[in-house]
Amino acid sequence: MIHFNNISKRYPGGHDALSQVNLQLAKGQMAFLTGHSGAGKSTLLKLIAMIERPTRGQIFLDGVNLNNISNRKIPYIRRNIGIIFQNHHLLYDRPVFDNVAMPLVIQGYRRQEIHKRVRAALNQVGLLSKEKVDPITLSGGEQQRVGIARAIVHKPLLLLADEPTGNLDPDLSLEIMQLFARFNQVGTTVLIASHDLDLIKHMGTPMISLEGGKIIHNGLPFTINSTR
Amino acid sequence: MRNSPHKSSRIRSYFGHHLRSSITTLGRLYAQPVATLMTVAVIAIALALPVGLYITLTNIGLLSSGWDGSTQISLFLHTEVTKEDAVKLMQRLEKHIDIKNIELIDKETGLEQFKEMSGFGDALKYLDSNPLPVVLVIQPKMQSNGPDKTTALVHELGKNPLVELAQLDVQWVKRLYTFLEIANRGILVISSMLAIAVLLVIGNTIRLDIQNRREEIEVSKLIGASDAFIRRPFLYTGLWYGIIGGVLAWIITLISLILMEDPIHKLASLYQSDFRLSGLGIKNTMLLILISCLLGLTGSWIAVSRHLKEIEPS
Repeated sequence: MIHFNNISKRYPGGHDALSQVNLQLAKGQMAFLTGHSGAGKSTLLKLIAMIERPTRGQIFLDGVNLNNISNRKIPYIRRNIGIIFQNHHLLYDRPVFDNVAMPLVIQGYRRQEIHKRVRAALNQVGLLSKEKVDPITLSGGEQQRVGIARAIVHKPLLLLADEPTGNLDPDLSLEIMQLFARFNQVGTTVLIASHDLDLIKHMGTPMISLEGGKIIHNGLPFTINSTR
Repeated sequence: MRNSPHKSSRIRSYFGHHLRSSITTLGRLYAQPVATLMTVAVIAIALALPVGLYITLTNIGLLSSGWDGSTQISLFLHTEVTKEDAVKLMQRLEKHIDIKNIELIDKETGLEQFKEMSGFGDALKYLDSNPLPVVLVIQPKMQSNGPDKTTALVHELGKNPLVELAQLDVQWVKRLYTFLEIANRGILVISSMLAIAVLLVIGNTIRLDIQNRREEIEVSKLIGASDAFIRRPFLYTGLWYGIIGGVLAWIITLISLILMEDPIHKLASLYQSDFRLSGLGIKNTMLLILISCLLGLTGSWIAVSRHLKEIEPS
């Protein structure tokens, strides 16, 4: 699903965020991405979502070389990806339903289809009863779940999450991670950046560790010592 | 695209989104009536000003075309030319395309008129013969052609061997036409500057709108909205500003005309004229609103193409 071939990313000013990273994530796999802040986790996710472009190397997403994608075509690549942010990026000027419906509206789904899919997505995150509520009135965990519903409503091939539990307490965090595991079980490829090692160990899914822009570990979490 | 909906439904949803964008943006404008009204008022006033000047000029033009009737060319024929020859010349000239109508004043009539008007009536009795020539008074067709053409006509008629002198007092007509032309150019310059002002006002309003909705634009880009999709509501906002501004400009002009109509009619009747103010007409009203729409669309297009690129998710 994701294939990094000798990827380097140098930001203007000379900071090397990633250097010569090789990475494979198979279709239907779930993995965590860990490392200290500044290790390159966010950069790696941004390269996949085409928010940034690599300085060197090639990225293949579902067999497509992203270097060959022009800026104009980026939206169509992103439509296959669901992205979840730490600060959930919800729009407070519209109710929960409209927030979740955004990817479908953008892709031109019909009204009945939108209703059906938004309800299904909200049901999966357990917020069906809140569809008419303004997101500002929801708790942090609920807002994050609305963000997840928005990321999965168009059934993307790949789910990217950047510190999705960063602001949540441990119980809620586990709940959110289990939600991701459920999506993974129905075939979605999932890549989650997180520094919550305890939680990752608890989940027992493969882990990719970054340090100074290089991969220092790629495998199951219990095979290494804590990198802290 | 695995998840994309079917093509026919995509096309339908494309138009659906246009419709929705136009209605939503209108709703947004309606939700902030004071801000919208201020922007629209600026646009309307900037448009109404050149329109008002244009109407004034058109009316001056109409008024002066009434004066064209008094423009006459007097052809003084040689004194030895007989009335019969003069009549033949008149019949020939009546076929000329630039001549509206010809009046012949023969020697006797001329003398009578001279007696009446000069006050030398008694002195003329002592003349042996009538010294006056036959005169052809020619009314040129002025509505269709300007003063230059009339001057050319005078030159042409002056070359006729029977004619001793072709005389026309066009100096003031020429001056008026030149003045109208200068005024026309002036209006063009003012209109262009005000059009740019309208572009800037709309562009700036849209720019603020884009900044206010930065978050929404960022999120939309992240979930795969195309540039056209993001641009659309802003372009519609510009279009609405244009339409509403144009209609308001038309209303302002209409009210001004109604206010002016009565006193102008009174003034005209003092001069025994049935002159009436001419308004904008359907064609020009349509043109006004069309130009206004184009300005709205262009203004928002400039703002959108400049500022949407700056907003990228990070």
